[in-house]
Amino acid sequence: MDYATLLQVLDTTIRLATPLLLACLAGLYSERAGIFDIGLEGKMLAAAMSAGAVAALTGSAWAGLLAGIGASLLFAALHGIAAITFRGNQLISGVALNFLASGLTVLIAQALFRQGGRTPPLSGNARFNPVTLPGAEALREVPLIGPLYYEVISGHSVLVYMAFLIVPLTWWVLFRTRFGLRLRAVGENPAAVDTAGVSVVGLRFAAVAITGVLCGVAGAYMATALQAGFGREMTAGRGYIALAALIFAKWRPVAAMWACLLFGFFQALALRPDVVQAVVQVRVPVPVLDALPYILTVLVLAGFVGKAIPPRAGGQPYVKER
Amino acid sequence: MAAAADTLGRQETAAPFAIELKGISKAFGPVQANKDINIAVPKGTIHGIIGENGAGKSTLMSILYGFYKADSGQIFISGNLTPIPDSQSAIRAGIGMVFQHFKLVQNFTVLENIVLGAEDGALLNTSLGKARRVLKELAQEYGLDVDPDTLVEDLSVGHQQRVEILKALYRQADILILDEPTGVLTPDEADHLFRILKGLKDQGKTVILITHKLREIMEATDNVSVMRRGTMVATVKTAETSPEQLAELMVGRKVLLEVEKTPAVPGKVVLSVENLHVRDEHGVERLKGISLEIRAGEILGIAGVAGNGQSDLLAALGGMTNASGKITLNGVDLPLSGAGSDGQSRREAGIAHVPEDRHHHGLILDFTAWENVAFGYHNDPKYQKSALFMDNDALRADTEKKMTAYDVRPPIPTLEAKNFSGGNQQKIVVAREVEQNPDLLLIGQPTRGVDIGAIEFIHKQIVALRDAGKAILLVSVELDEIMSLSDRIAVMFDGQIMGMRDPETTDERELGMLMAGMNGKNTGEAA
Repeated sequence: MDYATLLQVLDTTIRLATPLLLACLAGLYSERAGIFDIGLEGKMLAAAMSAGAVAALTGSAWAGLLAGIGASLLFAALHGIAAITFRGNQLISGVALNFLASGLTVLIAQALFRQGGRTPPLSGNARFNPVTLPGAEALREVPLIGPLYYEVISGHSVLVYMAFLIVPLTWWVLFRTRFGLRLRAVGENPAAVDTAGVSVVGLRFAAVAITGVLCGVAGAYMATALQAGFGREMTAGRGYIALAALIFAKWRPVAAMWACLLFGFFQALALRPDVVQAVVQVRVPVPVLDALPYILTVLVLAGFVGKAIPPRAGGQPYVKER
Repeated sequence: MAAAADTLGRQETAAPFAIELKGISKAFGPVQANKDINIAVPKGTIHGIIGENGAGKSTLMSILYGFYKADSGQIFISGNLTPIPDSQSAIRAGIGMVFQHFKLVQNFTVLENIVLGAEDGALLNTSLGKARRVLKELAQEYGLDVDPDTLVEDLSVGHQQRVEILKALYRQADILILDEPTGVLTPDEADHLFRILKGLKDQGKTVILITHKLREIMEATDNVSVMRRGTMVATVKTAETSPEQLAELMVGRKVLLEVEKTPAVPGKVVLSVENLHVRDEHGVERLKGISLEIRAGEILGIAGVAGNGQSDLLAALGGMTNASGKITLNGVDLPLSGAGSDGQSRREAGIAHVPEDRHHHGLILDFTAWENVAFGYHNDPKYQKSALFMDNDALRADTEKKMTAYDVRPPIPTLEAKNFSGGNQQKIVVAREVEQNPDLLLIGQPTRGVDIGAIEFIHKQIVALRDAGKAILLVSVELDEIMSLSDRIAVMFDGQIMGMRDPETTDERELGMLMAGMNGKNTGEAA
């Protein structure tokens, strides 16, 4: 594999890792606060459809982004009400919302556009278009670094940069702010937060809301940047892959980024069977390549990554002791 | 309660009380947890609140800390009417609470736990810096040394409790409430705690100590209030009362605090344990070679701070966990892993087991009393109607007989276990195990969460079983219980037996040293 091909694969890796990363960070906030969220998938799907539809109707990608965030927040609120207010089973609530999103998105898209459950193809300002970073053109001819900067780093949509900037931001919020301290505490021992006079319910809803916003961005990115419009089940299990990456990363933001890049890399390979064949000297069937990220997910979830200790109060509704 | 002021030797015109509760009532459904409670706690005193389980102590303190809203009544802090709708208000009013079960985040540092909820701004840096300074001052002022950068999970229980006290002091609490603070401490740690509390009192803080241990009340408090069935029955000066009088006030009748028993007449060896080892699921060695013997007609008491292997010993003997080594019952080897090492086989061999944690291992709370009485003995021929069916009528009748004999209230076999009080639940478990007439009874924390009246009854049953020539292994973290019931005492520390002592010739001090891992050699005594 030559350098140019490698850069192409890495470029694809970043584009494909972005929705994973956003969803993974979304899950990180929720799970760090003690709310398991298997509904990342559903929230992304709802956001993708809303973003695709609104972008198609208004011609503005930004309006689409807002709509995506709004739809995802609505689903997050439902999950919060079920899991926090009514202390329901968080897995069941998440699964239910995934089913709801799966059916509802196609239904609404079909009702609006009558294109078989898809939203119309987007172009121009209805999509987030690539941004050329400053100096990319100028540096292009510099050996090694130039093409790396031009091909891999530069030329993505603004949402990609946003996603990668949220990684250090999340680290800072979690470990350097009062909110982060309380958020981590409420996922470990809500009773400690409660007796300290801080609202457990408030903190958990705040975390679930952040999850909603980030899933919204992830979904909008799918429909208005990565692709040009919403298609049925377009998230294709990315919500679950993001959860696997989260466990892989042991609920830490920077590790989450590397985990998502790894999953993204496997997804990128699946798009380039020719490259894989050139490297391993064996023709690997495309379905096998397609399955790689999912196989990795199963391996991660089956615990092949060593001991991952989830937040101790994760999945448990908080009930005040008598 | 005007009388309270008089008995406490204070004038109404003197400085206001640190806390004064007037007419506090609280009901949970049909249960009246607190009935018209009046209490006045003078500033700068240690005030004990004593009562049996379910007397309403914890409810009262939860009201004071804003966990529950009282149905009626008023709270005065330093003479000012202060409504406390939530914990935040309680903290603002200068009330700090140290719960029985610590409210700490295990994988946070001491410092992070202390600032949690009391941060000075949105960013942590300044808060943590300030907390570090304040912590150093508090450590000097009250002798509360804790390394601020240690993770709480790496601290001993005694130190975790200090963190809880520091949390309250960091929030500038003037009134400190401690709920059953010594349950998890060694006698030494408890003494240290009381020294800390005295220090706090000398600095003008007010301390409220909730406990069911009469000895602590007598040792540490200035005044004591006694609660019984949701009412405040008396407030007296500690110096002018006695444990007997307090016990009578708590229960409402005269109680025997000392267990009456004759000297043991040990017979042949019933249980012999040699070099018993147990590893937990993480591969950590919990029992490091235990050897002991119990004879017919004697009670061997195991003393120790919770978590030093006593539970693992009970689990290994009772067939709840795998072990290695050798145990023989009446000369017959019992398997320690694989077939025949389960609880069922142990019961068939003649070992009955009253587990330490009755809610998790002793009972199924959602099942009825008669179903619970069947557990472990459900294959007993006397409960079988045919090859396929159990004789439930016989079981119910049998259960009712046992409940009456053990004074379980109410004696209704069809009532679910969760509807009985702690004492009555424990009596059901004890009745089930003792009435099978075992050769060996394993009994863990027999009176944990059990009221004084039931304690007296359960102790009598244990002694009666001994006098019937049975062997008994008693595990308890209550040193008083071990001292008064046992014929011999083994002290466990870190999975080992530190020494065997005769209750007649040893004292709490010596046992306390052994419980802390210091054996006789260190103090110059013979081991």
